[in-house]
Amino acid sequence: MRAIADPGAFLTYSWLIAFLPAMSAVLTLFIGKRTPGKGSVYGIAAVGASLVLSLGVLWSFVEGERGFYEASLSWFQIGQLHMEVGVYVDGLTAIMVVVVTAISLCVHVYSLGYMKGDVRFTWFYVVLSLFTSAMLVVVLSNNLFQLLVGWEVMGVCSYLLIGHWWEDHVNSSSAIKAFITTRVGDVPFMFGIFILIFITGFTTSNIPEIGEIVSGGGASVGLVSAAALLLFGGTIGKSAQFPLHVWLPDAMAGPTPVSALIHAATMVAAGVYLVGRLFFVFTDADPIVLQIVGIVGGITMLGAALMAFVQDDIKRVLAYSTISQLAYMVAGMSMGPAGRTGGLFHLFTHAFFKALLFLGSGAVIHAVHTNNMSEMGGLRKKMPITFWTFLIGSLALAGVPPLAGFWSKDELLVVADHGGHQVLFVVLLLTALLTAFYMTRAVLMTFFGEFRGHGEPHEAPRTMTGVLVALATATVFVGLLGSPQLGAVFGQWVFFEELEEALFVPWIAVASTLAALLGIAAGYGLYNSYRERDPLRSLGAAYTLVSNKYYLDDIYWKGIVRPVRDDLSAGVYWFNQRILDGIVNGTATLTKTLANGVSWFDQTVIDGAVNGLANIAGFTGGLLRYIQSGNVQRYAVFLFTGVVVLAIIFTRI
Amino acid sequence: MIRLPLVLFLSAALFSTGVYGVLARRNAVLVLMSIELMLNAVNINLVAFGQALHDITGQVFALFVITVAAAEVGIGLAIVILIYRNRETINVDEVNLLKW
Repeated sequence: MRAIADPGAFLTYSWLIAFLPAMSAVLTLFIGKRTPGKGSVYGIAAVGASLVLSLGVLWSFVEGERGFYEASLSWFQIGQLHMEVGVYVDGLTAIMVVVVTAISLCVHVYSLGYMKGDVRFTWFYVVLSLFTSAMLVVVLSNNLFQLLVGWEVMGVCSYLLIGHWWEDHVNSSSAIKAFITTRVGDVPFMFGIFILIFITGFTTSNIPEIGEIVSGGGASVGLVSAAALLLFGGTIGKSAQFPLHVWLPDAMAGPTPVSALIHAATMVAAGVYLVGRLFFVFTDADPIVLQIVGIVGGITMLGAALMAFVQDDIKRVLAYSTISQLAYMVAGMSMGPAGRTGGLFHLFTHAFFKALLFLGSGAVIHAVHTNNMSEMGGLRKKMPITFWTFLIGSLALAGVPPLAGFWSKDELLVVADHGGHQVLFVVLLLTALLTAFYMTRAVLMTFFGEFRGHGEPHEAPRTMTGVLVALATATVFVGLLGSPQLGAVFGQWVFFEELEEALFVPWIAVASTLAALLGIAAGYGLYNSYRERDPLRSLGAAYTLVSNKYYLDDIYWKGIVRPVRDDLSAGVYWFNQRILDGIVNGTATLTKTLANGVSWFDQTVIDGAVNGLANIAGFTGGLLRYIQSGNVQRYAVFLFTGVVVLAIIFTRI
Repeated sequence: MIRLPLVLFLSAALFSTGVYGVLARRNAVLVLMSIELMLNAVNINLVAFGQALHDITGQVFALFVITVAAAEVGIGLAIVILIYRNRETINVDEVNLLKW
């Protein structure tokens, strides 16, 4: 891609898109509590402005030329390594910022109603704005270090938001689980970054420059493959793929707006965005890397879809659905440049209808005060707006034409078939069927039948239903951006090196529609007469396996968490107390013994010597005193003797 | 003339006698007398050598010695009298207060 020759105002000020929410977070933090409305206005204003800017950025790609815009500020230099702060805007960036700001604005407005009267309302908006800013930093970033900064801040905000109601121990544990599990994925991610920087000779982490070096053959295939796999580790963590998917269902302990924003539309999509942005690393690596990506995606897709069958908590159904749909995107990525466009289109559409579904479920939870579908039922008459928007979202997710989900899934199926990925094609189609099934189950259990709960559920306030209607509208129309009949505009914004041709293959479209309808029919058949007992329980052992999440959580707990937390730390503690402290204390004791020895030596030997000398003097004096007899004549004898001796000496000499 | 060696023998004999007296007599007066004897022996020696060497220096020095002897004896006897007054004895063996 070439650089855009004449960037308009929207592109030059694109850095504001990430900056404004950060400023609103700071502002809300300091003066939020004193503002009327408890500080929500700053976040809404900032994200709203960012949305306008983002739409402007997207518009410059609609009207203007294809290419990219990069601008950066040089920050500092460590040796050869050059650190900068900058933006890189191309079609992919434009799409992502629109998605992030739009969903974030919806969530900000929705939370006015949902979080009303919450004990930490202002802080919620602070972290929400901060998260939005971090995600935008990731998307707009032109170098890997800045991306990493945004990535980690997102992780922290996710932790803070999941644990928003930390007084309940379950919430804080889920927050920690989410943070640590994504961290486990972040370690290989960082090493991947280091390898990429190493390839540049430790001079820069700038993404386009790395792209030039890698594509120009400046690094060995082995090194690039290693980098690609390690980077994918970050995706596995952040985008909840097997085996690090375990945190996402538990993250549903957080408030529903959080689940909608972070765990459906944006943060989990960051992993997919990463693969999309650094796609050149994956294409220039050994082909087995992309195969591994595809395998991970395929396993996750099916496993998660099956787990969505057996959930009672409506948010968990959506959580497993998210994992499954993210796997769709990952599998799409594994199919090459055409799959990349398809996967990113699915990311785009999925953000809208998944956020819609989550916010809709939030309205339901708000009304019936429980997450469990077994205590819901018959809500379609009591909450009509919620029902219709939720239905639209479910149909989109199931892939019923002409809603958004159909176009994106269809495109992925076409790519799979044309690329010769037969296995993935079957898996994608099968998962589509399963998706339709479990969503039908969810809709029937929640909105149809008799109400099985307590109290009087009522429709949600306007701040919430207004958002639902807006998102439903988006869901209906946004899919058309990728439909081949209307020119597949999306593919003109997001492409890898060259434009992809969007094809409409009739038999595939029919097949995917049939799969969706089959799933819906099966769900209807089983759940239309749902009363108390879930019909799937009849499956016995299979049901137990899936509802225990394939025992993966237990494996992690018994195999990793408990041994480290209890055994390893006890062992380290023992080592520290006995051995290390023993050495330190032993050294001290040795020094004391040595000191005692030296002291003995000093007192006995040296002082003895000194005293002995003094004693010799006294002793000698005691002997010599007898010379003094007091007798003068004796003295005279000595005198004469001396004279005689001297005389002899002097006369001899 | 008398031969020099004989006179020297005389002087030596007198001197030795004096030394014996100084060292061995208990009576303080006798010690003083012995000192006189020693001094006189030295005088004889000096004069003898003056005569032998034809130098008047011997006799002059002998005069000095006589003078000194006289002064010294005066003081010595004064001391003896004082000792007698204090100690009731002039036995030098009994004047040993500085004994250890």
